[in-house]
Amino acid sequence: MQTPKAIIEVKNLVKVYNELIAVQGISFEVYEGEIFGLLGPNGAGKTTTLEIIETLRTQTSGEVLVEGFSVRTHAGEIKKRIGVQLQAAGYYPNLTLAELLKLFAGLYNVRIDVNHMLQRVGLADRSKAKYKILSGGQKQRFSICTTLINKPKIVFLDEPTTGLDPQARRNLWELIREIRAQGTTVVITTHYMDEAEYLCDRVAIVEKGKIISLDTPEKLIDNLIESGFNKPKEVKRANLEDVFLSLTGKEWRDE
Amino acid sequence: MNKQDKNYSDNSTPKYSQWKAMLAISRASLRSITRSPSAVIFILVFPLVFIVVFGFVGSNTIKLDVGINSKSDTSGFVFKSFSEVQNIHLVVDKTDREMMDLLKKGRMDAILFIHEGKSESGKETVEIITSKASREKGAFAISVLSNIIDKKNLDYYSHLQKRYPESFKDVLSDGEIPAELKDTKVEGREYKMIDFILPGQLGFSILSAGVFGTAFVFFSLRQTLVLKRFFATPIKRTYIVLGEALSRVVFQLAGALVIIVLGKYVFGFTLINGFVTVINLLLLSALGLIVFMGFGFVVSGLAPNESVIPPIANIVTLPQFLLSGTFFPVDAFPDWLQVVSKVLPLTYLNDALRKVAFEGAGMIDISHELSIIFIWGLIVYAAAVKFFRWE
Repeated sequence: MQTPKAIIEVKNLVKVYNELIAVQGISFEVYEGEIFGLLGPNGAGKTTTLEIIETLRTQTSGEVLVEGFSVRTHAGEIKKRIGVQLQAAGYYPNLTLAELLKLFAGLYNVRIDVNHMLQRVGLADRSKAKYKILSGGQKQRFSICTTLINKPKIVFLDEPTTGLDPQARRNLWELIREIRAQGTTVVITTHYMDEAEYLCDRVAIVEKGKIISLDTPEKLIDNLIESGFNKPKEVKRANLEDVFLSLTGKEWRDE
Repeated sequence: MNKQDKNYSDNSTPKYSQWKAMLAISRASLRSITRSPSAVIFILVFPLVFIVVFGFVGSNTIKLDVGINSKSDTSGFVFKSFSEVQNIHLVVDKTDREMMDLLKKGRMDAILFIHEGKSESGKETVEIITSKASREKGAFAISVLSNIIDKKNLDYYSHLQKRYPESFKDVLSDGEIPAELKDTKVEGREYKMIDFILPGQLGFSILSAGVFGTAFVFFSLRQTLVLKRFFATPIKRTYIVLGEALSRVVFQLAGALVIIVLGKYVFGFTLINGFVTVINLLLLSALGLIVFMGFGFVVSGLAPNESVIPPIANIVTLPQFLLSGTFFPVDAFPDWLQVVSKVLPLTYLNDALRKVAFEGAGMIDISHELSIIFIWGLIVYAAAVKFFRWE
């Protein structure tokens, strides 16, 4: 394996809100072309860290470089190179998906083929639909679609599968893998460990504003087993989700 | 993917243009506004309804109902002269009691009792009864009557003078009468109800669209994280606001144009210098909207939740709706209330609109109004900078 190139470098990042220390000296690197996961319970500082890298918030101290640009001095350059999906973001009211994509194309100063963009996320037939009538899975796919408009080097996905049914979730996983397969680096936050295990090349586990562990999922699991950990209950070769999916079909459907 | 990579390098070469991004927001926002029923209602439907109602109900000239007592002599000159006065409607088909009743209710403005010319000189005596219920029109009727009588008396004296010059010699020189009214009519513009009501409605539509529209839109764009998503793109915040403002100005001006054109062709609204007047009205509308949008920014920043927006916005709009000469001339208010009226920015926008439309005033002629609107703009935007919240 060749030495990976860091596309994001986070050094001693600290963020203090009034009294609360949300991020206490986090350091990590994201390598070009990988899917990097930030895991952790609510309030651990995942979203804050993400939003500082996305230039949506300013840090209290520390340094963040995205493709070599500092978030402090070159926010504009960084914004041109990244795609951002926010947790629970809405879109401009009364507009169709096609019109929304054109709006974002204007915001990035790029020309796009709207139908091709929608096709990539499986929404080609919904171009005249309004965002608010989409199903949960469709909304997330559209959201991801808007992050791809400027052909970004990195996309940031903040809990993209929260609240989706198992089919929609698997469908989104495949979309995220496709995006990575096309050379885009993906940074994702999630609460779901199966998701992280399936998608992420490396994960950082964040707890109370600090990274308590960072490695590939396999390595983290191996480390735990080496330390003498045993699951109290013997694992069966299938779980309830497998049952559900084999009964209802893996095909993702439009609600 | 290769093809896309190529596109990427093509796209990233030109310098990023904030203006292009701003226009993308304007375009999106304009589409959104035209699809939003409330914007269309505020900017077009409300003003038009008011204009139609007042355009038909309100009449531009004074009309008097004058009753003629049943025992009156309708053969003499008084009755004849009265019936020749325009805008006076003589009522002869009612009983005296009915007429008295109408007079007390203010639905009749005066009653005339013309006594027959019984005396040896053939003198007619006219009694006029008016009521507090119609004070102004009653006074008008009295003055019409006294004009008629004065004129008749003068005619009579000059007739006597000509006939018996000897008798008048000591009093007056030949052909001279003590006073004479020379009634010259200057070609003037008729000030119609629509000339008052239309600019007022335009002003009010600008105020409510500016305050309500801006407050709701920025509040909801903030709450639904639409703004935050925009922040993740290279556009600068100022250009987001400019883009929104531009679309609102465009939509408002289109609405104003519809109102002005309908006013002109349906109600005969006076546009004294034609096309130039229309342009001036639109410029004023744009200025007004920009200033009033400042109130909207303040409201959207102050409101802790969406349901608080209407009451706060109403605090801004309602007093101006009532006191700024939208429906009633400011002069009609008591002095202490006029003091309040003369502070409100809408008063000056309404005045300026009326002066431009009816008097053909240019921007220099309305510099007083403009400067006060401008001062309000400074105050409001200073507050907006302090209170406006992005997230």
